[in-house]
Amino acid sequence: MSERLSVRKTYKLFIGGAFPRSESGRTVIVNDAKGRFLANAARASRKDVRDAVVAARKAQAGWAARTGYNRGQILYRVAEMLEGRRGQFVEELRGAGLGKTAAAVEVDAAIDRWVWYAGWADKIAQVTGSANAVSGPFFNFSTPEPTGVVGVIAPDSPLLGLVSVLAPVVVTGNTAVVVASESAPLPAITLAEVLATSDVPGGVINLLTGHRAELAPWLASHQDVNAIDLTGAPGDLAADCERAAADNLKRVHRPGDADWSADPGTARMTAFLETKTVWHPVGV
Amino acid sequence: MSFEYAPAPESRDIVDLKPSYGLYVDGEFVEAKNTFKTINPATEETLAEVAEAGADDVDRAVAAARRAYDTVWGPMPGAERAKYLFRIARLIQERSRELAVLESIDNGKPIRESRDVDLPLVAAHFFYYAGWADKLPYAGFGPDPRPLGVAGQVIPWNFPLLMLAWKIAPALACGNTVVLKPAETTPLTALAFAEICAQAELPPGVVNILTGAGETGRALVEHPGVDKVAFTGSTEVGRQIARSVAGTGKRLTLELGGKAANIVFDDAPLDQAVEGIVNGIFFNQGHVCCAGSRLLAQESVADELLDRLKARMATLRVGDPLDKNTDVGAINSAAQLAKIRELSDSGEVEGATRWSPACELPERGFWFAPTVFTGVAASHRIAREEIFGPVLSVLTFRTPAEAVEKANNTPYGLSAGIWTDKGSRILWAAERLRAGVVWANTFNKFDPASPFGGYKESGFGREGGRHGLEAYLR
Repeated sequence: MSERLSVRKTYKLFIGGAFPRSESGRTVIVNDAKGRFLANAARASRKDVRDAVVAARKAQAGWAARTGYNRGQILYRVAEMLEGRRGQFVEELRGAGLGKTAAAVEVDAAIDRWVWYAGWADKIAQVTGSANAVSGPFFNFSTPEPTGVVGVIAPDSPLLGLVSVLAPVVVTGNTAVVVASESAPLPAITLAEVLATSDVPGGVINLLTGHRAELAPWLASHQDVNAIDLTGAPGDLAADCERAAADNLKRVHRPGDADWSADPGTARMTAFLETKTVWHPVGV
Repeated sequence: MSFEYAPAPESRDIVDLKPSYGLYVDGEFVEAKNTFKTINPATEETLAEVAEAGADDVDRAVAAARRAYDTVWGPMPGAERAKYLFRIARLIQERSRELAVLESIDNGKPIRESRDVDLPLVAAHFFYYAGWADKLPYAGFGPDPRPLGVAGQVIPWNFPLLMLAWKIAPALACGNTVVLKPAETTPLTALAFAEICAQAELPPGVVNILTGAGETGRALVEHPGVDKVAFTGSTEVGRQIARSVAGTGKRLTLELGGKAANIVFDDAPLDQAVEGIVNGIFFNQGHVCCAGSRLLAQESVADELLDRLKARMATLRVGDPLDKNTDVGAINSAAQLAKIRELSDSGEVEGATRWSPACELPERGFWFAPTVFTGVAASHRIAREEIFGPVLSVLTFRTPAEAVEKANNTPYGLSAGIWTDKGSRILWAAERLRAGVVWANTFNKFDPASPFGGYKESGFGREGGRHGLEAYLR
C-alpha cells in the first residue's frame, strides 16, 4: 500500500481579512534550508501594497475606537490560536532552517511575546499619559493616541521577529501593512490564518510576501501611510525609504540590530503613538 | 398607563449546588470542625452548609500560602504568573452565567446586575492584572519591585466575587499568595472561584479560601504569618483591624464606608441626573460603600428634581432577584434589614419626611422599599451615618461653595457625584471634594483600569489601575 499523498497549502497574501493571490500573478519559489521545494509564495506588487493600505486605512478608525480592554481581549485570543497551531509553526520554522529545539523555543517565545503585548492595550496610557501641573486654573492632561496606518518591513526572524514588530504596532490602535521576511515568508502567511480566526477585524493587519526592495519603497512613499518601521530593511534600502518617508513626514522607526529574546521595552509602541494634550478651565 | 410585566426568571439549573462545602486550603477542599448555613435572602431557604474555619485552619492556610510563596509563586517569572491569571480570567468568562446566578441567589442582588455588571467586571479585573504580572518594572514603583509575601484578605457581602477579584488579582499579579475570607452571608461564589483555581491548575497554596464569620477574619488578620492585610468592609471593623495590625510591620489597605454626596447644580440635565441619582442609591439595593446616599440639590431646581425622582422611583421593580426585569432585589440579611429599618425610623423621629412609592414586597425574604427622605438636616443620623440600604437623604444648597462645604461635612471620603453642564464647574468642584472617586454626570462607574479608594475614614490604599499594584509591592 502506498503512503498517503499530503494535500499542500497555497500560500497567498492577507489583505483586508481575505487571502488573495497577488494581482500581478507572480510568485516566488520558497525552498527549505536544504534546497528542497516548499511552496510558491505570492510575490506582491505595488498595487497589492496600495490595496493593503486602503484596507488598513478603512479599518483604522474602528480599531482605534475599540476600548483597550477589547483590543487586549482580541490580541490575547490571537495568542490562544497561536498556541493551538504550535506544532505547525514549529514545522514551518524547521523548514526555514531552525533545529527542532530552536524552532520550539522560538514559537514559545513568540506566543509569550504576543501575550505580553496584549496586556499593554489598556495600560500603555497609564504609563505614557500624564496629568500636567500647569501654572493656572486649568486641568491639563496628555493621552497617547495611535498614529494611524503603519508600514512594517519585518525582519528575517520569521515568527518571533515578525510578532515582535507587528504586535506593538496594532495593540495601541494602529493598523499595519507588513512586508514579511523575504527569505522565510511562509510563517507570516500561517500567522495570517491565525489572525483571520481570532476576531481581529479585517484590514487591521495586512501581510504581504515578495521582494522587500521592490515593496518597501512603495510603502515608504505612500501618502496615506503615517509611519514606517524599517527594522527588516537593510542599510541602503532603509536610507532610501527614510528619504521617501520624509515627503509626508512619516514617523520612522529604524532600530539597530535587535535581540528578539530580550525584554522588548515600550519603544516599539511609543514610536507609533501621538501625544494629545487637552486643556480645560477650572472655575465655578 | 402602566404595563404589566410577565415573570422573566433566569433559570437556576445552571447552578449545581452541593449540600455542603469545605475550606479550600493548599489546593484541596477540607472539612472544618464547625459549619454554618448560607441562605437565599430572597426566600430564606438554606442553600448550603459551609465550613467555619477555626484558628487551626487559619494556621494551615497561612502555612500553605507561605510554602507556595517561597517555593513556587514568588520565584515564578511574571510571564508565567500572567498566563495563570489569563487562564482564570477566561474560566470566569466561560462560567460567568453560572456565577451570576449563584451570586444572585446567595446575595439577593438582581440577576441583571450580577450578569451585566459584577461578572464582566470580575473577568476584566483578572484580565487587566494578568497583563501587569509581566510588566511590573514599568509600573512606576522602581526597576525591580518585589512582592510582600502572604496576603490575608477579608471581603464584604455586597459584591462578593467582585471584591474577591479586586483583592486576589493584583495580589497574585505582583507575586504574593493569598488567604481570603469571604463574608459569612455570601461564601458560595468564592468557593466556586476555588474550583476555578483548580481548573486553571494554579499551584496549591497560592489561593486559599477560608469561609467563616468575624472570628475567622480576626484570626486571619492577626496571624503573625501574614505580611499584608487587605480589608473591605465597615469603618468600625476597619478601625479594629488598624489597631490590631499596628506595630506588627504588616502592610495594610482598607476600603471602608462612605456617605457620598451627589451634587445637582441648577444647570444639570435633570432627567440624566435622575437616572444617576437612582443608579447611585438604588443600585445593588444601596449596598454600595460608594453609594450616592446624600442628594445635594441646588434650591432653585430641588422641587422639580424631586418630582422627577419620585416619578422615576415609582417605576422601580422590587422583587425576585432572578427575574430579569427586577431593578431592586433582596436585602442581604435580616441583620442588615434591621439596621436599615432602625436608621430609617430615626430619620422620621428626627423630623425628616419619608416617602416610598407604592410597592408590593414579597412575604418571605428580606425586603425594603426604595425610600427618599426630604427635609433632612446635616445633624440627622440619616445624613451622617452609612445606612447601606436603598435610602436616600435629600439636602439642599444655594451656592457652589455651600455644596462643597456640605459634601465634605462627613468623616467619610470615598466618592462624590457632580451634575452640571459646565465643565469648568465640574473640575472646580472635583478639586475641592475630599473624596477618592468623583463621578461627573455619571455615577457608580467601575473599571479595572481605574483606581478606587477613599480619603479620610473611608480607608486608605487604592484598588484598580496601576495604582492598585502599590498595595502588593515593596
